[in-house]
Amino acid sequence: MKKVGVLALQGGFLEHIAALHRLGAGAFPVRLPKELKGLGGLVIPGGESTTIGKLMKEYHLEDELNRLIAEGVPVFGTCAGMVLLARKVSGMDLQPLGAMDIEVRRNAFGRQVDSFEADLEVPVLGQHPFHAVFIRAPLIERVGGSVEILASLPDGTPVAARENNLVATAFHPELTTDLRFHEYFLTIVDDKLKAKAA
Amino acid sequence: MEKGTWTVKTGLAQMLKGGVIMDVTTPEHAKIAEEAGACAVMALERVPADIRASGGVARMADPTVILAIMETVSIPVMAKCRIGHFVEAQVLEELGVDYIDESEVLTPADEAHHIYKHEFKVPFVCGCRDLGEALRRLGEGAAMIRTKGEAGTGNIVEAVRHMRAVMHGIRKLQSMPADELMSEAKALGAPFELVQEVHRTGKMPVVNFAAGGVATPADAALMMQLGADGVFVGSGIFKSTDPESMAKAIVKATTHYRDAGVIAQVSKGLGAAMPGLDVRAIPEEELLAHRGW
Repeated sequence: MKKVGVLALQGGFLEHIAALHRLGAGAFPVRLPKELKGLGGLVIPGGESTTIGKLMKEYHLEDELNRLIAEGVPVFGTCAGMVLLARKVSGMDLQPLGAMDIEVRRNAFGRQVDSFEADLEVPVLGQHPFHAVFIRAPLIERVGGSVEILASLPDGTPVAARENNLVATAFHPELTTDLRFHEYFLTIVDDKLKAKAA
Repeated sequence: MEKGTWTVKTGLAQMLKGGVIMDVTTPEHAKIAEEAGACAVMALERVPADIRASGGVARMADPTVILAIMETVSIPVMAKCRIGHFVEAQVLEELGVDYIDESEVLTPADEAHHIYKHEFKVPFVCGCRDLGEALRRLGEGAAMIRTKGEAGTGNIVEAVRHMRAVMHGIRKLQSMPADELMSEAKALGAPFELVQEVHRTGKMPVVNFAAGGVATPADAALMMQLGADGVFVGSGIFKSTDPESMAKAIVKATTHYRDAGVIAQVSKGLGAAMPGLDVRAIPEEELLAHRGW
């Protein structure tokens, strides 16, 4: 069975683990660098990006994470996870991982009273719209040439993207019962494992 | 696009899990909390230990204080209103705070009713001592729960009592046959539908933090191991001799709450924790946890 780690420093990691379990994947929490060994994929959940980022630095997870990403291990970041994957972030003192060629603005829609739910067209997931939950959400301000935009708001703001084996969403697929984003991520994990075996 | 829905209200609490929410009274303290890794701050005029010491009527903080803190940090900012004081809550919503704590730490404005929280777009967190009290608050629209403990004492004993009572209540409901649930709902004073939900899922329907007495990293990890989703630290940080180190240590202990090696490491050389109070030495009428109905 493929092993997917979920970064469990703070935030909604149990929801991701539950979603991955429902899809039959072996998912478990990761808090220390040694727990990152031998993973087929990694999820960076929503939560407070400053909190998660600081704990990542304190426990030296960054180098190990960057090594995994360089090896092509698929990573899925939601909300704070997207912030931490980005090349550049406005509204945060902390240096993100810089793995994905996107620029992100934190808390881009305002405070909690402006948090919202919306249906999004996500062509890679099929025809049905995806019901997305945005909580104090970030948005993508700029994407690099090799980045594919997976979904945008009606006004054209990109809110989900993929670059090679990295997937990021500004919203929280782990807060709904629609598992298609997790399924999509697991197919990337499968493809990578197959390519490695071959 | 829909705002202020139940999913976004409870969702923010889900994103706070595994984190530490710290009481702060100034923008400088808020910055220290954010730097230490707090997942949110509670903006106050006085921390509970000072409220306890000074007596008198404790009210919602001056909006100037709350706004200054909101401008200083990028993490969510919570603020407290008095139990039943729905106009203080309206004011806090207007200011744009991210969560309202309808709190027993302030002097209650209504001794029979809590705020009808479903009417607000901003989410609420409320205190509880047991499962019945938690489910009554949920029925009124709280999107997050915290056990009360006894704020401003630096003594974890009441927080433990309340968390154990909640967890025991959940386990009891889960193991009951369906035909006993109505009479248990009556005994708990809790809405029947929520009693049924807990019976079915074996879980509190919303996120449940621990509060009221956390003063050390080991206290925080204790509450996490007892089943808390995260912790509030009130006076415990800024009444200790080295707030910055204490704040960082409590954040780490909350993340690595099952790892005694980490907890031992972060507990070294922290200086003195806040001075504690024996809860039994506090006159009955001065206990804050008894406020709430």
